[in-house]
Amino acid sequence: MTFDPSTLFAVFFYGFAGLLIISAVRVITARNPVHAALFLVLSFFCASGLWMLLKAEFLSLALILVYVGAVMVLFLFVVMMLDLDIEHLRRDFKKFLPVAILMGSVIVLELSIVIIRSFIGTNAPVQPMPEELAANNTLALGRLIFVDYVYGFEVAGVILLVAIIAAVALTLRNRKDSKSQNVHEQVNVVAADRMRIVKMGSDMAAKQDTRAEKK
Amino acid sequence: MNITLAHYLVLGAILFATSVIGIFLNRKNIIVLLMAIELMLLAVNMNFIAFSHYLGDMAGQVFVFFILTVAAAEAAIGLAILVVLFRKVDTINADDLDHLKG
Repeated sequence: MTFDPSTLFAVFFYGFAGLLIISAVRVITARNPVHAALFLVLSFFCASGLWMLLKAEFLSLALILVYVGAVMVLFLFVVMMLDLDIEHLRRDFKKFLPVAILMGSVIVLELSIVIIRSFIGTNAPVQPMPEELAANNTLALGRLIFVDYVYGFEVAGVILLVAIIAAVALTLRNRKDSKSQNVHEQVNVVAADRMRIVKMGSDMAAKQDTRAEKK
Repeated sequence: MNITLAHYLVLGAILFATSVIGIFLNRKNIIVLLMAIELMLLAVNMNFIAFSHYLGDMAGQVFVFFILTVAAAEAAIGLAILVVLFRKVDTINADDLDHLKG
């Protein structure tokens, strides 16, 4: 049994796309935020599969590493750390439904006007990726980032640095009841401060002997 | 059965609309709001990559790279603010956050 490559592509596309939409809907309707976060992980996996179909291998793997590996773990940590009153948060869920459907239909209408008028039916001049770029996606992307968009790349690095510092600065707090070492004091300690030499009489050994006899 | 650019654009549009609806549905729960924003960025990235593939231009993928960077930074700072907020007011209900009397 052999498959036409385009048929196989379509099968994978519809599979990933259907799963992506289902999990996206579950993200926004899930009762428990932990379930929402896990469905978001599933939708990132599906999106990664779709990107892989479009031969964007580097970004597809970066999506899994960055999002599933870092961002979603952060989300899960925060969701599990906070003691949430889910029922209270969900109380007005039904009340917002009409507004949400209204806004959703407006968005669908706008986007479908744009897509139907510009892309569906018309055979847009589709150009295949040049051969040397398609062969090695990571190499081509690296060349673009480190040559053409190097300033953007550096700005992205600065943004990440700012994000690290901001996140640490926001959440760092000095608790009064925490016990920590003061390295400066530890290093500067001198024997005279903490050791006291006491002169004892030599009858101490005799006293200990009598105490042992009493027992 | 050929998958064209329009297929991917429709998928991106559905994803974007879903997350807009999600923002309105979960107006109270800031965590799910942040997740809906992540879904929106995913929809945008999907369009970028589809255009990049079908128009044969790698530059679209570079922009996805930058969007990923900014989205990661945004998620980190947003969640940090959320944690500080929860410590202060003990809730993440958006309606209770009216200290600025806005």
